[in-house]
Amino acid sequence: MTTAGAQAPADRWYPWRRALEGALAPMAALVLAWLAFTLFLLLLGKSPAEFLDLFWRGAFGSWFSLQNTLQRAAPLLLTALCVAIPAQLGLVVIGGEAAVALGGLAATAAVLPMLGAPSLLVQLVMALAGMAAGALWIGLTGWLRAKRGINETIASLVLTYIGLALFNHLVEGVLRDPASLNKPSTWGIEDRNMLGPIPGTDVHPGLILGVLACVAAWVLISRTSLGFAARVTGGNIRAAQLQGLPVHRLMIGACVLGGACAGLAGMVEVAAVHGRANASLIAGYGWSGILIAFLSRHNPLAIMPMALLLGGLGAAGGLLQRRMGVPDATVMVLQGFIFVAILASETLAGRIAWFQPRRTET
Amino acid sequence: MDAIGTVLVAMLGGALRVSTPFLFVSLGECLTERAGRINLGNEGVMVLGAMVAYATSYETGSPWLGVLAAAGAGLLLGGLHGAICGLAKVNDVAMGIAIMLAGTGIAFFFGKPYVQPSATLLPAIPFGFWSSSPQLKNALAVSPLFLLGLATAFAMAWMFRATRLGLRVRIVGESEDAARALGLPVNRTRFFATATGSALAGIGGAFLSLVYPASWNEGLSSGQGLMAVALVVFARWNPVHCITAALLFGAAGALGPSLQTVGITWGYYLFYAAPYVVTLAILIATVRPGRTLRGMPGELSIGR
Repeated sequence: MTTAGAQAPADRWYPWRRALEGALAPMAALVLAWLAFTLFLLLLGKSPAEFLDLFWRGAFGSWFSLQNTLQRAAPLLLTALCVAIPAQLGLVVIGGEAAVALGGLAATAAVLPMLGAPSLLVQLVMALAGMAAGALWIGLTGWLRAKRGINETIASLVLTYIGLALFNHLVEGVLRDPASLNKPSTWGIEDRNMLGPIPGTDVHPGLILGVLACVAAWVLISRTSLGFAARVTGGNIRAAQLQGLPVHRLMIGACVLGGACAGLAGMVEVAAVHGRANASLIAGYGWSGILIAFLSRHNPLAIMPMALLLGGLGAAGGLLQRRMGVPDATVMVLQGFIFVAILASETLAGRIAWFQPRRTET
Repeated sequence: MDAIGTVLVAMLGGALRVSTPFLFVSLGECLTERAGRINLGNEGVMVLGAMVAYATSYETGSPWLGVLAAAGAGLLLGGLHGAICGLAKVNDVAMGIAIMLAGTGIAFFFGKPYVQPSATLLPAIPFGFWSSSPQLKNALAVSPLFLLGLATAFAMAWMFRATRLGLRVRIVGESEDAARALGLPVNRTRFFATATGSALAGIGGAFLSLVYPASWNEGLSSGQGLMAVALVVFARWNPVHCITAALLFGAAGALGPSLQTVGITWGYYLFYAAPYVVTLAILIATVRPGRTLRGMPGELSIGR
């Protein structure tokens, strides 16, 4: 507001500078994390250059390793959405881990009564069942928040443990295949019902689903009135209520959508990788998804590169372990460094004047 | 009757054993949250504490030195969380999960050589000496760490109630504006509360590797550090109630294995989840829109 009361001319370049800030801060943090990790490696007498070389080769350097990376990134795209979509309303939902497990379990259970049906139909029903289970579980969190005023972070955390217990109870109980002795598992979904890889690759179609879901979520959030209403609510819930926005329905809806994504991730893990539901579904996808969502500032398009980076770290772990003689937890240490550095870099947002909106001199 | 007795004795012993790590980590979380911050990183702190305690005990032969080292490791990792969350705009929930992964990663990295060797364990105090029943003797072999946990709980309750330090922590946790008006150092108080809380969580981890289950491997912690948040809600941010919460959660965890001793295998995981259902029921029963839980610190990010 100028003293003359005239509106200052719009700062045309501000959106670009803001986007640049959004990209530069995590990049700088990534470099910082790498420097700290370099120090860590040097202290242990390992070569950082060799680590970088092997990481590149193990994660992106060859068609084989790139496929491995993409395969690992696929479930993370979906579990990150489970956090990023409710986050538009200012909700911090951390229940993805149980939604993945229950989604996979529901998908497996849905096959059992329809053995012998056409594969495509079975797969469709599996996907719907998985999404429904995830949507129900996270939607319950949203309902508790909207209708009962229970904090969604606490509710989703408590529900995670209830969900995982339910999962274990069913997998080791009524749904257990008695032939699975060492690792309790449900009955298999039959080989012909498995999702085949994307033609020409070894990557499972979960990657396509994940990318589609991210793009769709971005369109929904930034290009529709529903998404706008959600962001208004996230910005100021009182203002949203005064405007007559259906705040409660938006909250529950966002949680249902996010949960459906995580449930779909569980279904894909079952239908494309494991062929049955067992403890392999509880592999930390939900927890990693939380961090990816925060690292990408809950922007669905930014989730993709972040998931790729984490998928790459996971994919390179084996090669690093074999060639450098370091424990497989080395990539976990690097991941931890990266997460801590990037989350800490959030504090820089809005601190550097050059990136801020400016008024041209009048 | 005999079967019921067996189950009860097994449960008692199980509850005492399983509840101690819960007790320490929930006390740590309680302290941190009373200062107005949440630390989900205590999960990573516990795993790191377990590894450090085991490794130290193996290298030096002294399990108590291991406990001390675990507390020190917790202090460092919690201090990192506390320092970074003190920066503006950093989300403490997400940072906690990052610390959880970092702590677990560091523990697995340095813990690899200690999976095989057996370290000196912490001895238990045989409170069951009067009994002739070996099961009861076994159940009443109480670890000194459990007693230390009880003492810590009462000491912390006294600190909150009757000391200047406790009052300061409570003010910082209840209202940042009030604390600033009084000239209290908000960030420094939270930093020390977080670091000290994580030191307690580290001792909880030491219990896992040095008392029960008394070994170091990568599957040692089953999420007690994260569950601590639910325990503290259950305990309504009261350190003495953390004892009740820990015993209840521990007993529920021990019920499944105790029933297995008499041949009942059904419902293992459901009993385990029972305290979470109770916590959720308490939340549903007491929280209304516009009214949070009684006892919840006002500055807690998960309270708004």
